Amino acid sequence: MLVNRKLILAHFWLAFAVFGIALTLGAWQMFIRSPIGTWLSNPELYYRSLTAHGTVMGYVFPTLVAMAFGYAISESALQQRLVGVRWAWAGFWLIVAGSVMAVIPIALGRASVLYTFYPPLIGNVFYYLGVVLVVVGSWIWVALMSVNLRVWRKANPGAPVPLAMFANVAGSYLWAWTAVGAALELLLQIIPVAAGLKATIDAGLARVFFSWTLHAIVYFWLMPTYIAYYTIVPRAIGGRVYSDSMARISFILFLVVAMPIGMHHTFGDPQVGAGFKFIHSAFTALVALPTLLTVFTICASVEIAARLRGGRGMFGWIGALPWDNPMMLALAFSFVMLGFGGAGGLINMSYQLDASIHNTQWITGHFHLIFGGAIVIMYFAIAYDLWPHLTGRELIDLRLMRTQLWLWFIGMIVTTFPWHWVGILGMPRRMAYFDFGDPAIAPQALSVTLSAIGGFILLASGIMFIVILARGMRAPQADAGPYRFALAVHQPTTVPVALNTHALWVALMIGLTLTNYGYPILNLALSSGTSVPAVYVGAQ
Amino acid sequence: MSTRDLFTFRNSHFRTGVGITAAIFVVTAIAGFIVLPFAQPWVQFANIWDAICSAAGVPQRAAGVTAPEQAKRLSGVVLTSNTLSRPSQEAIGRGATLAQRCAICHGPTGVSRADSPNLAGQYAAVIYKELHDFRSGARTNAVMSPFAVNLTDQEIADLSNYYAYLPRLPAYHPTPQLPKPNIVIYGAPMRGIAPCGSCHGSLDNKTGSPWLEGQSEAYMKAQLHAFASGERRNDISQQMRNIARAMTPQEIEQAAAYYASQPPDVVKAVD
Ligand code: HEM
Ligand SMILES: [Cu+2]
Repeated sequence: MLVNRKLILAHFWLAFAVFGIALTLGAWQMFIRSPIGTWLSNPELYYRSLTAHGTVMGYVFPTLVAMAFGYAISESALQQRLVGVRWAWAGFWLIVAGSVMAVIPIALGRASVLYTFYPPLIGNVFYYLGVVLVVVGSWIWVALMSVNLRVWRKANPGAPVPLAMFANVAGSYLWAWTAVGAALELLLQIIPVAAGLKATIDAGLARVFFSWTLHAIVYFWLMPTYIAYYTIVPRAIGGRVYSDSMARISFILFLVVAMPIGMHHTFGDPQVGAGFKFIHSAFTALVALPTLLTVFTICASVEIAARLRGGRGMFGWIGALPWDNPMMLALAFSFVMLGFGGAGGLINMSYQLDASIHNTQWITGHFHLIFGGAIVIMYFAIAYDLWPHLTGRELIDLRLMRTQLWLWFIGMIVTTFPWHWVGILGMPRRMAYFDFGDPAIAPQALSVTLSAIGGFILLASGIMFIVILARGMRAPQADAGPYRFALAVHQPTTVPVALNTHALWVALMIGLTLTNYGYPILNLALSSGTSVPAVYVGAQ
Repeated sequence: MSTRDLFTFRNSHFRTGVGITAAIFVVTAIAGFIVLPFAQPWVQFANIWDAICSAAGVPQRAAGVTAPEQAKRLSGVVLTSNTLSRPSQEAIGRGATLAQRCAICHGPTGVSRADSPNLAGQYAAVIYKELHDFRSGARTNAVMSPFAVNLTDQEIADLSNYYAYLPRLPAYHPTPQLPKPNIVIYGAPMRGIAPCGSCHGSLDNKTGSPWLEGQSEAYMKAQLHAFASGERRNDISQQMRNIARAMTPQEIEQAAAYYASQPPDVVKAVD
């Protein structure tokens, strides 16, 4: 039951429109700092582009996808009209206003602070206010998800919450709490300085606040993808979810351990004690658990589909899978990229190994593979799957969809594998320019060129994606029927209260935040003499 | 099903969830705060509390370690982008009177005929910082130091405001404008050198960094070599020393020649 289709489509279209722009900037960045581009001698333009690319890809695009998908889940999984539609539109317009407000100073070169906006570099205040509006808009969505679930519970006392909605609300709570770190940093520290009320800032404390957001935000990006793994893929390929409880436990684990581990982003920072770094590092290791559970459960679910289709043998069933189904293809690509990206992640999370790749191109290679690759390819799949239900028209061009997914996969591999490699060789990230004539990096010219070619493949794939969706808006009308989610092998009739509600896990998440972040934050906030003069972008 | 049934140790999910989380926390805390600190043979702790404080990042001096003696003075100046940002007419006037004694080297209009720096139109924060450093001994120069030792804070501020107020005039060493060398626009990423222009104007200006256009080539070269050898050390956090050390003699040559050949009016106006 998808009633507010316009609302959902508006979110999706805005998401994909800004994605298209940021993707083009990404390809340009790749090209201009590679040996095949002639450098335009102005790093300032590069950093404007990089700030816009990172801000859109990191904050605006995934947030809008999560919101669109969240509204769709709420209506179709709960079979209940969305409560608070006006609020939802208000959230949408806040995001539009915030994005415009942030992009103008970036374009003017007044906010080239990159999407992590680490102080003491301070940009124009409207950039930060824009980011705050985007976050506030998304918090409205969080509140609405919670309210809608509550309304449904009233009407269905004691019934098991559909898995899709359970996971969706878990993701929204995770986002609500993890965004608090950056919100505190912005409101208490950065905005007063950007507005000229203060001239010094505690950069170390700001980095700790930001790490509070920076890790779990990646799990927020990942939520729609994982929800699709569990609740769309098995249905789309004719299988069943292997275990409903396992799925719930995975999402619960994300809620508890995704957040109090962010200090693995401050391994190199002197202001954080080594003991806390160790605790965060150990908890980081735990976050692999829900991903391993997911890989296991989804592989089992896929095998069920294959055996139902007559697949036989130890591995023979793989051939029986519906490989011409875009959803099957997207899942396979996503898993391959998740595998490689996850292996790279193990290196980032270990204190010693991290030192060798810290701030190198390895990092950008890593998160493009896992975020731009494994996660975003499922965003495509989600859009393909939902589109006929949102537009009331059929997406006919299966072959084009498959080509698009293939290109994204190939492009991502061609882009990110050499990107990792040059990182291992020590090439720093966030650099506007490399002199490939210098014998020290001349051998890397080939790898960087390959990456740039991969970037154009990705751009081509991104354009195809948008074209497919746009054509879908004008295809012949067809009733796609009600939107359904995958059923479990043993569809639950009762679920223990702990696996049907979020309260316990939210409490643990907040508790771990206090234990893992409380002292470092208080220590820095209460010590005097930890502030440094702000460095204003473009100030003379 | 109410929260009362959930938040109780009778509920097995509550027991397991809270129990496992707490256990992991306690084990990792013991490892991170007690076991691992003592596993570092090169650090000595007086007792367990000492180790815990150290691992928690409490600012403290570890027992038995004395701070290294600072052989030379370092700069103690703190600059923000608002330092001296709105001078009064009187301050500029007082500065003009004081500046008479500087004119012999830095020129009556703030443009030097010798190889001393041109001060006309230099950022106020820059002059302010250098005078403070000369006075404190963080920077030394046989000629400048004696002038600076007797200046008061007020006089330093007035002089800075006066010179910042003067118009930027062309330098006395006319040379054809040279094209930008790589080190100026690109820096050298692999050696950790940012482009000069990202601090010294042209791309961006960072508080405390002077603009360099039209300064004497010999002077700039001498300063870069002094930074590289560590003879000059009043740059905060070794910003310039780190860069100069990584520059090749040829790059120093090119950068100095390039900046000396530029007219100072290309420097972006002060906000
Ligand atoms: C959905 C896909 C993508 C996402 C989510 C994404 C996200 C990001 C983010 C968050 C950054 C960090 C910005 C920073 O370091 O400040 C970044 C940097 C970058 N991205 Fe993307 N990106 C995506 C696709 C692409 C594509 C397709 C390309 C190339 C065609 C690309 C090229 C770049 C480049 C060159 C950088 C700068 C790396 C550096 O200088 O350190 N990105 N991207
Ligand atoms: Cu992280």
